[in-house]
Amino acid sequence: MADTVKLMQGNEACTMGAIAAGLQFFAGYPITPSTEIAEMCAEELPKLGGKFIQMEDEIGSIAACIGASLVGKKVMTATSGPGFSLMQESIGYASLCEIPLVIINVQRMGPSTGMPTSPAQGDVMQARWGTHGDHSIIALAPGNVKECFDLTFKAFVLAEKYRVPVIVLADEVISHMREKVVLPDPRSYKIPIRAMPDSPAGYKPYGADPDGGVPLMAPFGKGFRWHCTGLFHDESGAPSGKASVADALLRRLARKIDKNAKEFEDYFAENMEDCEVAVVSFGSSAMAALSAVRRARKEGLKAGMLRLKTIWPFPDEAVRRLTASAKKVIVPEMNLGQLALEVERVVHCQAGTVKLGKVNGELFHPDEVYAALKEAF
Amino acid sequence: MAEFLDYFRKERLPHIWCPGCGHGTVTGALIRAIDKLGLDKNNIVLVSGIGCSSRAVGYLDFDTLHTTHGRALAFATGVKHANPNLKVIVMTGDGDCTAIGGNHFIHAARRNIDITTIIMNNSIYGMTSGQYSPTTPHGMLGTTAPYGNVEYEFDVCELAKAAGASYVARATSYHVTLLTDLIEKALMNKGFSVVEALTQCPTYFGRKNKIGGAVELLNWIKDRTVNVKAAAALPPEKLEGKLLIGELYKGERPEYTASYSEMTSKVQRTYNDYKGGTRGCELNSD
Repeated sequence: MADTVKLMQGNEACTMGAIAAGLQFFAGYPITPSTEIAEMCAEELPKLGGKFIQMEDEIGSIAACIGASLVGKKVMTATSGPGFSLMQESIGYASLCEIPLVIINVQRMGPSTGMPTSPAQGDVMQARWGTHGDHSIIALAPGNVKECFDLTFKAFVLAEKYRVPVIVLADEVISHMREKVVLPDPRSYKIPIRAMPDSPAGYKPYGADPDGGVPLMAPFGKGFRWHCTGLFHDESGAPSGKASVADALLRRLARKIDKNAKEFEDYFAENMEDCEVAVVSFGSSAMAALSAVRRARKEGLKAGMLRLKTIWPFPDEAVRRLTASAKKVIVPEMNLGQLALEVERVVHCQAGTVKLGKVNGELFHPDEVYAALKEAF
Repeated sequence: MAEFLDYFRKERLPHIWCPGCGHGTVTGALIRAIDKLGLDKNNIVLVSGIGCSSRAVGYLDFDTLHTTHGRALAFATGVKHANPNLKVIVMTGDGDCTAIGGNHFIHAARRNIDITTIIMNNSIYGMTSGQYSPTTPHGMLGTTAPYGNVEYEFDVCELAKAAGASYVARATSYHVTLLTDLIEKALMNKGFSVVEALTQCPTYFGRKNKIGGAVELLNWIKDRTVNVKAAAALPPEKLEGKLLIGELYKGERPEYTASYSEMTSKVQRTYNDYKGGTRGCELNSD
């Protein structure tokens, strides 16, 4: 089998990326603009011996996914703003209990019901901090249809390796846009396999290196007979109210993501080496931004483009390094300045940050970013 | 019977329940039913939500899943759907199952998914110290019903039956032999099975309502109930305000995971030459 060329939509590419990574279980609830993912999973998974279920709401959807993940399956759910809000409690559960899980959030205009068919990027901070309590998380942002495939695949790799919920932060434009996509030979994929303990003897479900180690996960039904609880727990899985146990667990969970931030780092950079004004963006906003940057370059302006594919953990070091020559950093995004807060935190000693927020439900026109660039020079 | 305590994670005992609480009695009944049926410990997954009753699973030596408030049945649906060979049992309470988890409860029943649900109904939120629940009888006291409950309670069994459960039964922590027997039958039913176990909370329900301690509460529960067989011979006035105990409903309906598997087989026969745009992985070995 050779490469396949297909015209496809972002949502379709997400689904295909998930199936390529070995998706076995999908639970979801209809919501615009993510519904095509559920529809496609409902159609494809039975053919492959996998399971689909339409749950009664998004709370039930993520809960069912966690249950299936505990049985040893690769699981995914897909949703948008209101549904993503409903899933927050269980994202925390999956973080604390270390359950591999992929969540596609196709962002739409909010808050509330908002404008369901309009694009937005207002869930950047919610993806990071949406659930209560301190925790670290991984969020990836595709910037074109091919990346919907690639980053969903990657989300499974990371979820299984680090036992974390991984969020794919798409947006309505990326997910409904159709592009020509070249998919490589399926035999070339390195399918993620969850590491499992060998034997129940002496099994410690949460026994791991305190410095960000990842414990081995035994599937339910294989004789390990372990306890999974959303209460703080010790290495044996037993609930614990001990200060030392709580402190060690929370720090290990944060550390296992933060210490590997370099591995998660993923971005697209163009003309950043000598740029005087940098544009840092993600998702569909970055498409308009790239066009504007190229136009400015043609006109002799030293503009550079940095598009982040990994949003969380935020790639501090890469952003700082790549924007080193810039005096200003423009951050176009379809919100009032969320990614810009992170950029500002990282570059404030070396460059000024310009928040270019758009919140009318329309995507950026390259002219808008170009105008901001002109003004910055 | 195998040694009773062999079903427990002995190192996790003693439990957190108050003296006189009925949850231990219900947990004991479940263990005896499992033992009687000779079910394989390694093939059972116990799932619970949040509340006093939901703490039971942490003490029991199976694969156990202590989830978020109200969501036990949704997690359990994922477990069962992902691996239908597992015996999935949910231990939940009146608040967990019928208030915050009410939606999952009716939909699990509607699907008739093969999960056995034991609802420990003590008519109160015990863990948060005595607020009224959807099963607190009208007029009775809770810390959030200081002038008497103005709401009316669910009949949990009628609800389960109406929503589509294929096995519905009720017993109490007073009628332990009956309770054990009904749980055993529920575990044998291939479908969504509900056993409501009326149980006592002397600390918050009994004290607040001035009924007394565990013994008085058990008597109060006993007096509220009539066996469904005896009820058939009683005039309606004798049944007023009483809850029926015993096997209340048993029906034949297609079970969800079996139906899904049937559909999958048909689809796979049709698409047996299906290669997909990408590779389908080593799916579902079980």
